Amino acid sequence: MKAKETKMKEIHSAPSKKGEIHPMENLLRMDRMPHIWCPSCGIGLAVTAFASALEKANMDPNMVSIVSGIGCTGRVAGYVKLDSFHTTHGRPIAFGTGIRVANPKIKVVVFSGDGDLIAIGGNHFIHAARRNIDMLVVCVNNFIYAMTGGQVAPTTPLAAYATTSPYGCVEPPFNIPYIADSSGAVYVARWTTLHVRRLINSLAEALQKKGFSVVEVISPCGMYYSRINKLGDGLDMMKFYHDNVEIRHGEDTKNLDIGFQTKIICGKFVDRERPSYMERYNQWLSGVKGGSRDEG
Amino acid sequence: MKASPTDVLTGIYYIDGDVAAGYGALAAGCKLVAGYPITPSTEAFEAMCRRGPQVGTVFIQMEDEFGSISAVLGAVWSGVKSMTITSGPGYSLMMESIGFGAMLETPFVLLNIQRGGPSTGVPTKTGQADMMQSRWGSHGDYELIAISPDSPQEMFDYTIKAFNLAEKYRCPVMIMSDECVGHMTEKVVIPEADKIEIEPRRFYKGPPEEYLPFSPDPDLVPKIAKAGDGLGLYITGRVHDERGYPVKNEEFKAKYVRRLVDKIRLNKDKIIELKEESTDDADVVVVSYGISSRVAVKGVEIARQKGIKVGTLRLVTVWPFPDEKIIDLAKKVKAFVVPEINYGQIVFDVARCCHGQANVVLIPHGGAGVHNPLDISDAIESAAKEDKKIEGVVEFKTRLEKIVFERGLKIKE
Repeated sequence: MKAKETKMKEIHSAPSKKGEIHPMENLLRMDRMPHIWCPSCGIGLAVTAFASALEKANMDPNMVSIVSGIGCTGRVAGYVKLDSFHTTHGRPIAFGTGIRVANPKIKVVVFSGDGDLIAIGGNHFIHAARRNIDMLVVCVNNFIYAMTGGQVAPTTPLAAYATTSPYGCVEPPFNIPYIADSSGAVYVARWTTLHVRRLINSLAEALQKKGFSVVEVISPCGMYYSRINKLGDGLDMMKFYHDNVEIRHGEDTKNLDIGFQTKIICGKFVDRERPSYMERYNQWLSGVKGGSRDEG
Repeated sequence: MKASPTDVLTGIYYIDGDVAAGYGALAAGCKLVAGYPITPSTEAFEAMCRRGPQVGTVFIQMEDEFGSISAVLGAVWSGVKSMTITSGPGYSLMMESIGFGAMLETPFVLLNIQRGGPSTGVPTKTGQADMMQSRWGSHGDYELIAISPDSPQEMFDYTIKAFNLAEKYRCPVMIMSDECVGHMTEKVVIPEADKIEIEPRRFYKGPPEEYLPFSPDPDLVPKIAKAGDGLGLYITGRVHDERGYPVKNEEFKAKYVRRLVDKIRLNKDKIIELKEESTDDADVVVVSYGISSRVAVKGVEIARQKGIKVGTLRLVTVWPFPDEKIIDLAKKVKAFVVPEINYGQIVFDVARCCHGQANVVLIPHGGAGVHNPLDISDAIESAAKEDKKIEGVVEFKTRLEKIVFERGLKIKE
């Protein structure tokens, strides 16, 4: 095991051949590699897709801030070469709201996990959607709390095992696109880490969208979710996605529940226009400026 | 640097402490206020919302206190000065992010209008029982600054000072006021902008490739940057090195967290502000802060009429604690009398610094009211007469406690 680790480290930290640059070097913090994610984890794929989307959408990296919370996906901010903020558990959306409202020139991307954004940070999620704060939320959903070793999450499918649902999960999970849609998000999509090309396109589209956009990325967790549920390794999960994902653009978000090893519906479900928070705020401000009541 | 004339609402006002603090924040250049309504602090947030558009301050009412303090931290890293306002339960909810702010060396101001606790307590009435929470409330080792104004004028003045200290030392600054000061209406003079000194943010101005966000200046405080500067900031609540990259070895923990603590401890002399009066030949010194120092004035006056030599020491800065001052006074005086609206918080720090050289008397108060000045004068009198050295903190039995516990309390319908 030890030898294997050392070997991995050598591969990752080996100096690149002369003139050879990692294609993502301008967007990733190569000095922080190797990353912490386990073999078969899908977060790396989501990050790669995001970096490609940044290029595709032609975003100025200096004007994009990436904010993460806590958890496996919470580490994303630390590997992306943007202004990166690794905040407290559940608060990246609120932190990002502060960044965006204080300086509307900055594009805020919140990149975090299902536990961070939907459990402890659920309140900020729905309220940022209601306000239509201009930000892209990438929610990597691996159905479990992986950083802490595989506990049940508000996204864990009914009957799935986790260390704190050792007899099967008894709570129905959240349907993330449905929450986002009903709270007012202007762009809602779901993809798995198998659908890299579609995911990149979707992220690029969402990056350019004005308002609160949510992209859910279903990701395998080979180390905890798959192992405790005996679903095989990362490749098996990818095969599962291949065989069981149905792409239905524009599907009513009510129909997007995910059961244990059932069909997963992916696609772009919501793409609409609503005035963003700053648009409303500035419009309103121009009406009241100087006309505020004075109690002095 | 002087305050911007557009930020300062120069004039003479008759306003309460909450509103004065709000105007102080605007004068200090606060450009984003995020809050969540909670009695008795709401008026400060309301005042800032009302006046915000005039001075270009963005306000946002967040969904909870976690949200408001997180938005404040985000705004600071976006380059603006920012503040949140809360009380009691809201303050408890903010604890995690206060530590986060200290860890990121984020300059921000938190106005806590203390109310009676614990829990929901007495929401509309006063208390001073969050003092230890303001120092130790978040987990881990960190230091911050807390100041305690005692009048609406001071709420204005010290809110500006709070912003200045936050910028200078890159740390959270707590304004530990209370319901009485917050709701007390008095004359407040807001001077012209050119009379108000503002501490500018310590922005990094060197070459981008050389920037290390956590490499300190000689005063142990690093230069700050903001999102959008093209510096590729990496800001994390994990223990980090000078680049901001997380590290988990004990050497770095020792180096980094030590500096976090030392930048306040070693700059104590420059941070602490005290108001000291007649302590030179005093037998008894009354140590107080916030509303209790206003009440103590009367008690001290009565004791002086009886011929007792009383000095006063008002802690305008409560944290960092003025250890040296207390150590110094303890050598000269017989006793310290500490009135505070709690069952003993700051008094234990006074006792800690006394090393048994002077007696320490606590005048407790359960909250929802202020001390009776006669209790303060009586406590001073008995402390002056006491010739024995008494170990630990002596608790003075107040009139209120006698009524409640000796005569018994009848429950009224």
